Amino acid sequence: MDPYKIREDFPILKRKINSNPLIYFDNAATTQKPRQVIEAISDFYENYNANVHRAVHTISLEATERYEKAREKISAFIGARDSSEIVFVRGTTEAINLVAYSWGLGNLGKGDEVLVSLMEHHSNIVPWEIVAKLRGFTVEYAQVHADGTLDYEDFESKFSSKTRIACLSQVSNVSGVVNDVKRIAKVAHEHSALMLVDGAQSVPHMPVDVKDLDIDFLAFSGHKMLGPTGIGALYARRELLEKMGPFQGGGEMIKDVSLSQGRETCDITWNEPPWKFEAGTPNTSGAIALSEAVKYLEQIGMADVLEHERLLNEYAVKQMQKFPKVTIYGSSGLSSKCGIIPFNIDGLSSHDVALYFDNYGIMIRSGFHCAQPLHQVFRLQSSARASFYIYNTREEVDRFMEVLQEIEQL
Amino acid sequence: MASVENYVARIEGTCGAEKDVIVVFKYDKKDEAIDRILKKAQLKNCLAGIIFELAFNNVSFRVYSSGKAIFRSIKNKEELFKILTSLLF
Repeated sequence: MDPYKIREDFPILKRKINSNPLIYFDNAATTQKPRQVIEAISDFYENYNANVHRAVHTISLEATERYEKAREKISAFIGARDSSEIVFVRGTTEAINLVAYSWGLGNLGKGDEVLVSLMEHHSNIVPWEIVAKLRGFTVEYAQVHADGTLDYEDFESKFSSKTRIACLSQVSNVSGVVNDVKRIAKVAHEHSALMLVDGAQSVPHMPVDVKDLDIDFLAFSGHKMLGPTGIGALYARRELLEKMGPFQGGGEMIKDVSLSQGRETCDITWNEPPWKFEAGTPNTSGAIALSEAVKYLEQIGMADVLEHERLLNEYAVKQMQKFPKVTIYGSSGLSSKCGIIPFNIDGLSSHDVALYFDNYGIMIRSGFHCAQPLHQVFRLQSSARASFYIYNTREEVDRFMEVLQEIEQL
Repeated sequence: MASVENYVARIEGTCGAEKDVIVVFKYDKKDEAIDRILKKAQLKNCLAGIIFELAFNNVSFRVYSSGKAIFRSIKNKEELFKILTSLLF
């Protein structure tokens, strides 16, 4: 893959910040959008904007066709058996909330356990804790090693007959460590538990096949993989979606609402999955633009995306290790990581570091990255984070190092 | 009427255990805001002409030439507005 050619598709990368070329290293938070994705949104509103599924007129049928084709594209991208296993949601957070409420409220109760890891994003902790308070089950936390890798022995030892679902990110949004979710899924199924994978940091960066991983749920966001904000997907096995109750009520998610004979109530029949879980007018343009993003990534090839990020990561980490005041967190095993580098500089807060880089047009993240428990494991107030994607180059990493050296010498 | 909003575009609490507050100055007013602050606050250190380490009324903070400031140990929004008003007017 050629990142220099790819960059030509991203209008924002021509921008200057404080008279410096924009270097965007905050890709774990959100990615930039290629022209093809931006134009897909414009094309929808300029040519066939209409509400889907509800009308017989020409442009509604066109919008419906494109919306459902987008579902097929995304379904194939992650290896789902059928497009009905893809529910469009706002993003990873809503996808996990959907499972916690729709599946959790109907299937979890006192005495049950939900097993998560301490490296999870708050999105894979808080929904379970909220529903736990409603239903009386407990949330168990598996340990993480000091280097940020998962303590597999601890995770596996915490499975019991009480465990109903295990929830694990495939890639940590803080450390970039890749978890063997296939291994955990196998153990989960041996205990008759389900397996939910937070794919927010994996689906955009590596080949992911839900059949090969043998997982039950996969949540991911469009905006972290070149797509627009406000669109993402939940993959769930068809038989689970059929048994789960709806998440929200409204239009589209019902097949029939009729006033009962002689009674002042309504009889309601739910729609088939996935529409049962898509109440109200969906983010049609978002879904179509996300399928365009998927097409863009497929043309590059996900194995090449991963390789590019790993090479950049290795190139950057090797140089950063030469700075005595810089501490890099997470595993040193670069082959088991994606392009995410969490670090701090002695004597400076992560926010100071991020603001200094910002002065030179280099965008990095600072803070907890919505993973406070993992920062407690690392005993950190916060951390700075550089994260790469397909359009980042070695020259950008070199510029990052020049500024890093300047910061270290302050 | 002199108001902090004349100079300040956004105030954001940072994410992290530090509970710092970032003040983002309006782009077209940032240089004027920094000049005013530098005249009132005590300059502790200037790092590479980019970071100004400052103190004012026992509050330490850093101002960046890009038009952002990071305040530490601020109790609440009222205290921050009081300090900003004193610094900017």
